[in-house]
Amino acid sequence: MRVGVVTFPGSLDDVDAARAARIAGHEAVALWHGDHDLRGVDAVVLPGGFSYGDYLRCGAISRFAPVMTEVVSAARGGLPVLGICNGFQILCESHLLPGALIRNDHRKFVCRDQRLRVENPRTAWTSAYDQGAEITVVLKNGEGAYVADEDTLDRLEGEGRVVVRYLDGNPNGSQRDIAGITNEAGNVVGLMPHPEHAVEDLCGPGTDGLGFFTSLLAGRVGAS
Amino acid sequence: MPRFVVDVMPKPEILDPQGKAVLGALPRLGFGGVTEVRQGKRFELDIEGEDGDELLARVHAMAETLLSNPVIEDFEVHVEGTDA
Repeated sequence: MRVGVVTFPGSLDDVDAARAARIAGHEAVALWHGDHDLRGVDAVVLPGGFSYGDYLRCGAISRFAPVMTEVVSAARGGLPVLGICNGFQILCESHLLPGALIRNDHRKFVCRDQRLRVENPRTAWTSAYDQGAEITVVLKNGEGAYVADEDTLDRLEGEGRVVVRYLDGNPNGSQRDIAGITNEAGNVVGLMPHPEHAVEDLCGPGTDGLGFFTSLLAGRVGAS
Repeated sequence: MPRFVVDVMPKPEILDPQGKAVLGALPRLGFGGVTEVRQGKRFELDIEGEDGDELLARVHAMAETLLSNPVIEDFEVHVEGTDA
């Protein structure tokens, strides 16, 4: 599949995300924040970083980048979109996902290997995992506390839209230990931890993150 | 040219770690008796045109769309030099 990776001014993890897509067998396509088209890609990754310097709020300016008009429209039409860290913040600011990410409750930047439980393996980005699979990937953020009102949280839980949950202690104050969520259709997924940093044994905590990228292939097989 | 002021504050039920950090620092500097600190943002917008309902509505739209995130923040708009 052709996987587009958007680079915003201030993106950091676009190269790693493209590399992860290639390792999973995809063709990585570079997309620029100023682009007005998605170059016919089959999926889009919004990578981590500090787009537009995190000015105003994390993701608040990026949401209005020209490429995001295309991403939002395509996502509503079913295009698989994965937002990692800053990408998750952008998806929330874009209202493709509910809730918001605020500063970690302990006010410190977190950078560590993080255990997660896959709560929903039915999304476009998690179908390679088993229900309840426990994985370890990198977590690195300063504003990663997921918040939403109680009704939204209850709806997310009730509809199985919590995709991954933190294990071994809550690293940032996220409500209900939520590390990642999906939209109703399951094509849009956002998470704070970084699966793209856990795709090779050489560096990072292993290859547990690769499933997010191989899931795309599984989804296509299932659909055809 | 009227100047509009938009005050954006974290909603009361949303944790405000920055405010908490300030609250913790004040007594260390000898400023006692402070029981709560909430930190927000203030925007000042100079806008061409006549002060009136139409401009006010536009500033509200700006505040709702970009300046604040209604999921976690509340905002108030006023024209500088007035109370409301």
